[in-house]
Amino acid sequence: MQALVIVAHGSHLNPDSSAPTYDHADTVREVGAFDEVRTGFWKEEPSIREVLRTVEADEVYVVPLFISEGYFTEQVIPRELRLEGWDVADWDSDGLSASHVTLTATDVPEKTIHYCGPVGTHAAMTDVLVRRAETVTGDPNVGEGFGLAVVGHGTERNENSAKAIEYHADRIREMDRFDEVQALYMDEEPEVDDVTDYFDSEDVVVVPLFIADGFHTQEDIPEDMGLTDDYRTGYDVPAEVDGHRLWYAGAVGTEGLMADVVLERAADAGADIGNSLEVVRERTRKTPQEAN
Amino acid sequence: MGHHLDALVDAAATGDGVSLDGFSVVHDDAGFRLETPDSTLSGLTEGGLREALADCDDYATNWYFWSEVVGESSPQRRAFLRWVEGASVDAGGDGDGDEAGGDNDVDGDNDAASVPERYDALRDGVSREWGQLLVTVTVDDHGERSYELRHADEADADRDDLDPYHEPLAARQLATYDEKGRYRPLKTGNNLAGGWVFPDLDGRDLVETVETFYPASVPNWYRERRGELDVAHWEDAIGRQTGMYSVVKTWNRGDGHEHVNWVAEACCDDSQCVKRREWQYDDETDLDVDGGDGAFPCREPCSVVIAASRKWTRLEGEETQTYEFELTPSEKEQVEDIIEAVADDRTDDIREADVYEGANRYRARFLRAKLFDDESNLGGVPTDASDDE
Repeated sequence: MQALVIVAHGSHLNPDSSAPTYDHADTVREVGAFDEVRTGFWKEEPSIREVLRTVEADEVYVVPLFISEGYFTEQVIPRELRLEGWDVADWDSDGLSASHVTLTATDVPEKTIHYCGPVGTHAAMTDVLVRRAETVTGDPNVGEGFGLAVVGHGTERNENSAKAIEYHADRIREMDRFDEVQALYMDEEPEVDDVTDYFDSEDVVVVPLFIADGFHTQEDIPEDMGLTDDYRTGYDVPAEVDGHRLWYAGAVGTEGLMADVVLERAADAGADIGNSLEVVRERTRKTPQEAN
Repeated sequence: MGHHLDALVDAAATGDGVSLDGFSVVHDDAGFRLETPDSTLSGLTEGGLREALADCDDYATNWYFWSEVVGESSPQRRAFLRWVEGASVDAGGDGDGDEAGGDNDVDGDNDAASVPERYDALRDGVSREWGQLLVTVTVDDHGERSYELRHADEADADRDDLDPYHEPLAARQLATYDEKGRYRPLKTGNNLAGGWVFPDLDGRDLVETVETFYPASVPNWYRERRGELDVAHWEDAIGRQTGMYSVVKTWNRGDGHEHVNWVAEACCDDSQCVKRREWQYDDETDLDVDGGDGAFPCREPCSVVIAASRKWTRLEGEETQTYEFELTPSEKEQVEDIIEAVADDRTDDIREADVYEGANRYRARFLRAKLFDDESNLGGVPTDASDDE
């Protein structure tokens, strides 16, 4: 028996925070790759502290639905899960390369816990950013004539946060699919406020590398970019700003393909997931495929 | 019909035979031996055994249900389902003689009814409350259990008047918003909305549904029954906080635990949360506030309590000041009425024209018009003394 446990931040104020976690858990549940799929939260229930005791299976894959390595993945989650002998050095990570570590947890000593790196730094996340651009434009081949901006929080609290943004921006650039690719930040240069300064392309897709929609992605960024004067009145997609058409995608974490990254993380840690990856990639596609 | 007998006869013929709830069948050199609390038959052939079992079919289907349908794969699920129908719950304990183990019976169901008595009750339906949930289990002629789940406040509602759901995960949406459509940050908050029913769940799906409404409630209840609940008291729980919540540690200044009493009274009262608070100030110091009567335990301050306590830590760091302004006796009482109404979430229940209620909107607006200055200072007195002049 193997179980998947997705752990995420959650919110006391906003139900949208945990919604993507539940959606991706449902996607994985439906493909039947795991005997059980559970969710645990820092701010909701079950708490990360108690989630392992809700699991029956003896092999447990824990995947953090977080963007970068840092405080939550290195301190809070291991502490709350009560991972025995956890040492961040075991991840041997450069800030982007944490894959998994296998430990026990004092809460459920009979189980084996495979603690995985965050979804946000996995290579497959790059594909989700691109898929997000396809979804927001409604064009499965979007790229030519388009710029793509990947937006992150910045380094204010965690330098790995910017590393993840750069990493995916570089990888998308290497695909040679979009005319231009640029990493932008909320609290440092280059700033998302000046998005139109960084692109020659008339059409620019803007994808925030955030797990869930909330204050930053629904209020700050749309106002900072000039999509709207007041987030409460909403904004158009695309919206005309300074002679550009901005296709604002909202948090990438709400894209259905995120379930694929969750599965990749568990598979990297040794989970047997059969052909689930292919199934999830197709099921979560929202844009029409070409007939041939 | 009858496959339960085949399974029972097979199981009785092997190993130690079968035994459950006062019923046993074993096989020895003389043949089968069938025991119930009312009779003992021995030296039975297989045919004789089948004939005898026909006269105590409730015992046979009861054995089949618990042994073959529910099984032992999840001891906590089994324990919960047995508790629901009033069967003895062998929580087992840790087997090392720990006195707390196995006998931590909060419900007195050690005096469980006999199988025929239990079946009589189950045919009519046996109900149990779990927080704001009401579980009703019934049994059919084959011993198969069916579980209905609804809001406890709607015990007497006609099932047809409630929206039916069949998938355990449907509970997730039902638990997200309260009656007024407001987000519920705490799954065990005493504000679960009604209007729904899960009319026909099997045991596995019942527990999944209950666990979706109240995550980890069954495992924590089970651990408690085994005497193994890992309670983390206030001191332990705030002691392990880091980052933005580490500041809560500074609220404790070695001068008693009154502040934690206030936290528990504010957040953990039965009127606010259906869990039974088992955590105290520390290992040796109980809080003075009652933990409540919830069916399942709360093992540590939850994230809502911690987040609120962070705010209180900052607020309670302030020194008191003397403000001078005048209120009529009725105005003082009105301020008290408003605090009471907000604290008890009654403001929406106060009718628009009910000016006899201190927390009535017009009454509050009148008070504001009379007593606030342009900067919203009560009595025209600045909050910060240095702002004065």
